[in-house]
Amino acid sequence: MVRTYALLAWTWTRAAMAYRASFALMVVLGVCVTATDVAVILVIFSHTTALAGFTRDEVLFLYGAAGLPFALCDLLVSNVDRVSQHIRAGTLDTMLVRPVGTWIQLAADRFAPTRAGRVLQAAAVLGYALAVLDLDAGRLWMVPVMLATGTVIFAAIWTLGGAAQFLLTDAPEVINSFTYGGGQLTQYPLSVYGRDLVRGVTYVLPLAFVNWQPALYVLDRDDPFGTPGFVRFLGPVAAAVLALLAGLAWRQGIRHYRSTGS
Amino acid sequence: MPSPRRADHNPGLPLAGPRAGPGTACHRAITLRRCVSFSLYARLAGYGFRKHATYVGAALAGAFTNSVFGVLRAYILIALWQARPGLAGYDVTAAVTFCFVTQAFIGPMQLLGGGLTLPERIRTGDIALDLVRPAPLQLWLLAEDLGRAAYQLLLRGLPPMLAGAAVFGITVPRDPARWAGVLACVTAGVVVSFAWRYLVCLSVCWLADDRGVMVCSMLLTTLLSGMMVPLTLFPGALGELVRALPWAAMAQAPADVYLGTAPAGPTLAFQAAWGAALLALGALATRAVRHRVVIQGG
Amino acid sequence: MIETERAGRAFKVRGSVVHAVRDLSFRIEPGEFVGCLGPNGAGKSTTIKMLCGILTPTSGRVRVAGLDPSRARTALARRIGVVFGQRTTLWWDLPLRDSFELVRLLYKVDRKLFAARLDELTEALDLGGFARTPVRQLSLGQRMRGDLAAALLHDPEVLVLDEPTIGLDVVSKAGIRSFLLRVNAERGTTVLLTTHDLGDVERLCRRVLLIDHGRLAFDGSVGDLMATAPGPATIEEVVTRLYTRGRAAPPPVEPV
Repeated sequence: MVRTYALLAWTWTRAAMAYRASFALMVVLGVCVTATDVAVILVIFSHTTALAGFTRDEVLFLYGAAGLPFALCDLLVSNVDRVSQHIRAGTLDTMLVRPVGTWIQLAADRFAPTRAGRVLQAAAVLGYALAVLDLDAGRLWMVPVMLATGTVIFAAIWTLGGAAQFLLTDAPEVINSFTYGGGQLTQYPLSVYGRDLVRGVTYVLPLAFVNWQPALYVLDRDDPFGTPGFVRFLGPVAAAVLALLAGLAWRQGIRHYRSTGS
Repeated sequence: MPSPRRADHNPGLPLAGPRAGPGTACHRAITLRRCVSFSLYARLAGYGFRKHATYVGAALAGAFTNSVFGVLRAYILIALWQARPGLAGYDVTAAVTFCFVTQAFIGPMQLLGGGLTLPERIRTGDIALDLVRPAPLQLWLLAEDLGRAAYQLLLRGLPPMLAGAAVFGITVPRDPARWAGVLACVTAGVVVSFAWRYLVCLSVCWLADDRGVMVCSMLLTTLLSGMMVPLTLFPGALGELVRALPWAAMAQAPADVYLGTAPAGPTLAFQAAWGAALLALGALATRAVRHRVVIQGG
Repeated sequence: MIETERAGRAFKVRGSVVHAVRDLSFRIEPGEFVGCLGPNGAGKSTTIKMLCGILTPTSGRVRVAGLDPSRARTALARRIGVVFGQRTTLWWDLPLRDSFELVRLLYKVDRKLFAARLDELTEALDLGGFARTPVRQLSLGQRMRGDLAAALLHDPEVLVLDEPTIGLDVVSKAGIRSFLLRVNAERGTTVLLTTHDLGDVERLCRRVLLIDHGRLAFDGSVGDLMATAPGPATIEEVVTRLYTRGRAAPPPVEPV
């Protein structure tokens, strides 16, 4: 499965590299687009030293810790949210008559290697934050765990979004609220947001486990919303449950399509 | 696409019955032509409105997403204004209102890019058909775009405002004169936004790959219109500069008129200046495109 | 090779149930070349979709190459080739050659076999001139040849074609037809195609299935088809007569 994906992605990469100048320009512009989010953070912190109890470098840490998995998923799986386009164009039928899973085909379809620039940009911000923050080395093991957790959670959200489009063929843009909205939400400490919203992204759509909960552990801070300490470590569980749900929803979506033809 | 109304005559041509001839008074002919071209553009605007009215689902989905992002951004601004009350001359309510007003502008002003099918028409060569029409292409498309903007102001503009009012509470001007100013500035903002997007689209004629320009435009528009963060937060001379650029006319300026933090008259003059300048550039670019298509055959 | 037994497919359209296909029973042996005719909306595409596993039947049974398409969709995919004439299975933005490379990866065709097969198809379909051209810049005729090659790269046992000659000029049609005959004759590939072009039927098919109102209205050789007319008639006249015949009772179906 991974091999097939890699080979498909490589074919697209080779095709994109055929136009070097255009490729380079798109990489740079991709970086600039995500850099605007950092610019906004810097503009905000030019007026204040703390936002909802967090310093600039702590916010950049949160930004990088969520931005890296988000950018990875944007690169690798975000194309699964084109389901309704493929249904309308009839290309989903084409994918169904091929001997490879539909999810893999969709995710690899029109693989855009130019988005890799954003991964590097997020990684650079994370690297900067890790370097300047005086972190307890004994807690750094959580960083790779949170990156993996975040990647699974965002991939699952994109898959859920794709699955939802088997029903929502007319209004795929709603999905952006959850995918890109999730990306936006996790850029800032959740202490910025209202209590109900934070409850929602902790217990319903577990975005809080992408960076917020594990970062509280890494930064050695208490949750301003008062969740107990063990919640910091629940990320992998939340990610696994969400991934399972996403997988089931996807299967159900394909089944729905094959039994209704729409 | 909605079927066009029964066309008794080509709206692009003046009504010329069999009795119209050399004897017709000159001034009457001119008045007639003016009426016809006004009704042509009014009709095009109506057509733009109805064309988009067929995509209710898409508009509401967009409005939903704009509202969600509005809520997320508003929380960040609230946190900032809690740390710095009265920053940039806004209080917290004004900052939240600013956030939702600018989210409401995303659809009508197409702040994330798009809205014109021009690049596709240039690539397929259909642009040649547009250029032989009796009405100037830029005005033709502007009329359609104003119709589109009117529709999106209703369907993509109102929901974020209502969401903002429901979740946080926003200020609503009571003064009818202020509302008139807001409406004028929003219209002017759409004109500036159109003129900018039109120029961006025409650049496809000279470029092999248009994606780069499109992303550049989106980058400039999102950051410099005030949609992501109020331009009043940009420090010092940089702030002065970005508030004087055309993108400020698309969101920051009309939002300030809505909040009452800027007077309508000078704001309108600022927008009109940019609108006129960009439309003039657009007219030049159209001429160059026409030249290119006619001489080189696309 | 293809077998349907009282296969049916119903859709719910605004509360009421519409039978796109019902009680469809036929059997196609290996190596046959069968044309499927029927007026627009008769249920041809629905039938094709059920045979490929895109759509699950609501009643009856379908078997292709010994497999149930609705259960073993991906296993079946390796053994059949599908071409949709109205849309391409190739990748719009990629050069034709890269599209073939993607097909090779998707079907896991061995590199050596693939190279040999591609040479063969390039020669037979005369693809050499536009292998490096992005698919969107190809003419319809070139694109269809590319689509055919893509569907045959993994050497399928069954080739299913949904309106493969639609919109093509006479020369392109002739090229596609002789190629299909060659594939059928040389490789023994079973071919099932739907078409509105009676020239396809006359020149290609030994057997005709006529679907009307979701039912099998005729199943037999082209000669049998011609014999349904009371006197001498062209194939157009015969088919027109069958399409416009009284809608009351479906005509008797020849036992297979």
